[in-house]
Amino acid sequence: MPRRGGAGSPAGGPQGLPGISTTGRRAGTFCVLLIVALAAQATRVQVFQAKELDHNPANQRLTVERYSQPRGNILVGHDTVTGSVPTGGRYDYRRTYTDGPLYAAVTGYSSQTYGNTQLEGTEDDVLSGTDPRLAGWALWDAIARKQNPGGDVYTTIDKAAQQAAMKGLGSQKGAVAAIEPATGRILALASTPSYDPGSFAGTSAADQQAWDELQADTNQPMLNRALRQIYPPGSTFKVVTAAAALAAGTVTDIDAPTGAPYPYVLPGTTTPLVNDTPVCNRPNLSLDTAMIYSCNTVLGYLGVRTGLDTMVSTARDFGFNDAKLDIPVRAARSNFDTEMNESQLALSSIGQFDTAATPLVMAMVAAGVANNGTVMYPQLVDRLTRSDGTAVQVMEPRTYRQALTPAVAAQVQRLMTDVVEKGTGTNARIRGATVGGKTGTAQQGVDNSGTPYAWFISWAKPAGSGEVPPVAVAVVIADSDATDVTGGGLAAPIARAVMQAVLGG
Amino acid sequence: MATPSAVARSTPRPRPVRTRRNTELALVLAAVLIAVLGYNEVGVNIDGSVPSGAAGYGAALGVLALLAHGVIRWRAPYADPLLLPIAILLNGVGLVVIYRLDRATPRSEAAPTQLLWSTLGVALFIAVVLSLRDHKRLQRYAYSGALVALVLLVLPVLFPPVYGSRIWITVGPLSFQPGEFAKILLAVFFAAYLAVHRDALALTGRRIWGVRLPVGRVLGPVLLIWAAFVGVLVLETDLGTSLLFFGLFVIMLYVATARSGWIAIGLLLAAVGAAGVGWLSPHVHSRVTDWLDPLGSIEAGRGANQIAQSLFAFAWGGLLGTGLGNGHSILIGFAAKSDFILATVGEELGLTGLIALFLLYALLVSRGFRTGIALTDPFGRLLAIGLAAIVGIQVFVVAGGVLDLIPLTGMTLPFIAQGGSSVVTNWIIVALLVRMSDVARRPAPRPEEA
Repeated sequence: MPRRGGAGSPAGGPQGLPGISTTGRRAGTFCVLLIVALAAQATRVQVFQAKELDHNPANQRLTVERYSQPRGNILVGHDTVTGSVPTGGRYDYRRTYTDGPLYAAVTGYSSQTYGNTQLEGTEDDVLSGTDPRLAGWALWDAIARKQNPGGDVYTTIDKAAQQAAMKGLGSQKGAVAAIEPATGRILALASTPSYDPGSFAGTSAADQQAWDELQADTNQPMLNRALRQIYPPGSTFKVVTAAAALAAGTVTDIDAPTGAPYPYVLPGTTTPLVNDTPVCNRPNLSLDTAMIYSCNTVLGYLGVRTGLDTMVSTARDFGFNDAKLDIPVRAARSNFDTEMNESQLALSSIGQFDTAATPLVMAMVAAGVANNGTVMYPQLVDRLTRSDGTAVQVMEPRTYRQALTPAVAAQVQRLMTDVVEKGTGTNARIRGATVGGKTGTAQQGVDNSGTPYAWFISWAKPAGSGEVPPVAVAVVIADSDATDVTGGGLAAPIARAVMQAVLGG
Repeated sequence: MATPSAVARSTPRPRPVRTRRNTELALVLAAVLIAVLGYNEVGVNIDGSVPSGAAGYGAALGVLALLAHGVIRWRAPYADPLLLPIAILLNGVGLVVIYRLDRATPRSEAAPTQLLWSTLGVALFIAVVLSLRDHKRLQRYAYSGALVALVLLVLPVLFPPVYGSRIWITVGPLSFQPGEFAKILLAVFFAAYLAVHRDALALTGRRIWGVRLPVGRVLGPVLLIWAAFVGVLVLETDLGTSLLFFGLFVIMLYVATARSGWIAIGLLLAAVGAAGVGWLSPHVHSRVTDWLDPLGSIEAGRGANQIAQSLFAFAWGGLLGTGLGNGHSILIGFAAKSDFILATVGEELGLTGLIALFLLYALLVSRGFRTGIALTDPFGRLLAIGLAAIVGIQVFVVAGGVLDLIPLTGMTLPFIAQGGSSVVTNWIIVALLVRMSDVARRPAPRPEEA
């Protein structure tokens, strides 16, 4: 092979060594190869490692992008309860809340520093504009990296009900969940003490201080007690027990003697169940009487007679033991033990032992009874829209479970109305309305030293109406300054105010 | 087998020479147009409207480009028609990207200064093309040039260090890196010395372990000067430039002597040097650590380092980029406009823009090498190749650093990065290449080999 630029050519090196033409060409090839290596590395980073790098937590771009445009809004009725203001900082816009503390349990927060929670979190793709459904031409927009304006989230919240709930709770520690029984729409979701999610939406020192103070507050204002906290439901759980007893045929006539003994000694023990009122201290009371006066002995006895399996399945049908109850914000799992001996079952049947429920699930209990036994899936979002108002998704009511037959539901409804008319729930009575309810006062603390939880669950409809009641409510007061802490005394008036707000509108 | 081609080579058929000046004009105008469009894209993407200075900016760049083109037409009509358009385009894109980054840092504007330096660079380009009629004249100044270069390199020691490196000379508001100028002088010196001594270096000397070592008398001076340069730079912790000088030396030595043993020795010395410096200097050690594990500082809870931020920027750009003005490469912080400016190109123009940029560099480098190969005098050949190698190595060192291909050693991306001395030096390099390519492509009776 002739050597290019070899000894023969004018540029050739002496004695057969390659000349500058050859070595220069080689060196040039080397330099160009260096640049090719750069292109290869660029391809590796920009194509193959891109996704991982984009989502690295230390990469601020996703956050910068998120706040580069006004965030979509969360609405209650036709009112926006959120907003966005330009900041002039690295993040162009920050979140504002028009009535922050009132709706904090619904909206959650969208903080440039601390992330997103509740609806701000679960609907973030729509609110921040990244949801592909917002795009007109999804594929083209993806290629062109067009950022869609944030969409809006319309909640199911009823402003009047929400206001009534927050006003009723006032300075007490507690929560309210209200549901429209026929659809599962959540009308009110309140938790006190509340907080202003706008106080730490930005990145300033003041934002950080507000956050630190909220975190350090022993009253846990950022805890969503309506969804995320479980409490022993106490006597309000007797609604479930009564329903299970009727469903299983343990009781067929609510006015007939049940055969419940007095005193009722917990099976396998020497401990008798005690009642809060002497009226209950008789054997053989009817179920109706037992509910009116909230007799522990009768319902404990009936729970055991009905049996663990039916009790568990009925509780489950109302939302207990569901670890994935998403509204779409996930609710904490309400508990009813699935393995118990009879004495434990007796205690569980009156809402003690390990039984614990979120206010949301107790509202589902009331709503399921009111809706003739059909429990609807609770939902907080009515529809998602683009910024121009066109719908992206409209939520349809979904059946959660058929907990009771309509006949059994009707019997439980009568039990609950009797509680309000003649029993412990008279504080919930509303003129011109049919109200059904159940009180609960659950002991807590070592040797019951803590302030008891005051519960009330109820539903209401205009008197004489044959329709499904438009509202069901669960109220819990976890810590009150009141001297007489009972469900009927503390919680029932709040439930009444919320129900009145819905009925009045 | 090669008879026909051998015949063709020994008796070249005379053919009409095309100067390609009109091609150059069209390419120059296209380059200006691209830069102006980029400038407008920044404005539209950030403000939603065309920036008010677009006309003036375009006119300034256009006038500079046309002046340079006119001078080539007049005094270097056979020059390679790609060199000037590539330089204009790179410089224009650099100005656009710096202007774009200025928009993210309103308190420290760099684009006007960069435009000023670019003007000076084009002025020097014109001056070189006009005044340097024959590149061989440079050969005479090889030694004095090397001395000047060494003085330039030592001078910054007298000035306060900037960001840990003593490589700047600061006079009032002006500051420049003498190392930038020194690289041209060094290339001239290497070319001159090797052109004269290449035979001695290639052929004489004793053979030890199968490698023929040249006699110390021949190798001594060049090795001494090179060692002085690299030594000074290492002391000033300017690793990028020392790497550049080292690579330049090895490449030119190889091209001149065709002894691949030099490459082996060069690589060995480089490895020893790198290991030594990496072991001794904590500054370098941390850079090697960052190179091997750019995301390590994040996992360690110390946040993203510059390399990680740079990689984030590249990744965010993806295939097509975010568009000029729509990226967030300012998150890189310090040196976003200088050493890390490529990350902005990667983020806002994407892999597509980056590859286009690399192609421009590859074209510039290969045109430089081609000029060298086409020349007939050994000095010119070595000088052109050396200058082209400077561009190639520098692009590789800086881009490889910010792309995490090699450890980061601070350097400027030719023509693109903020930095007056850099832009001016690169214009001089292109001027020398233009001048030499004019000689190489001139069809008239070829001058006898020197």
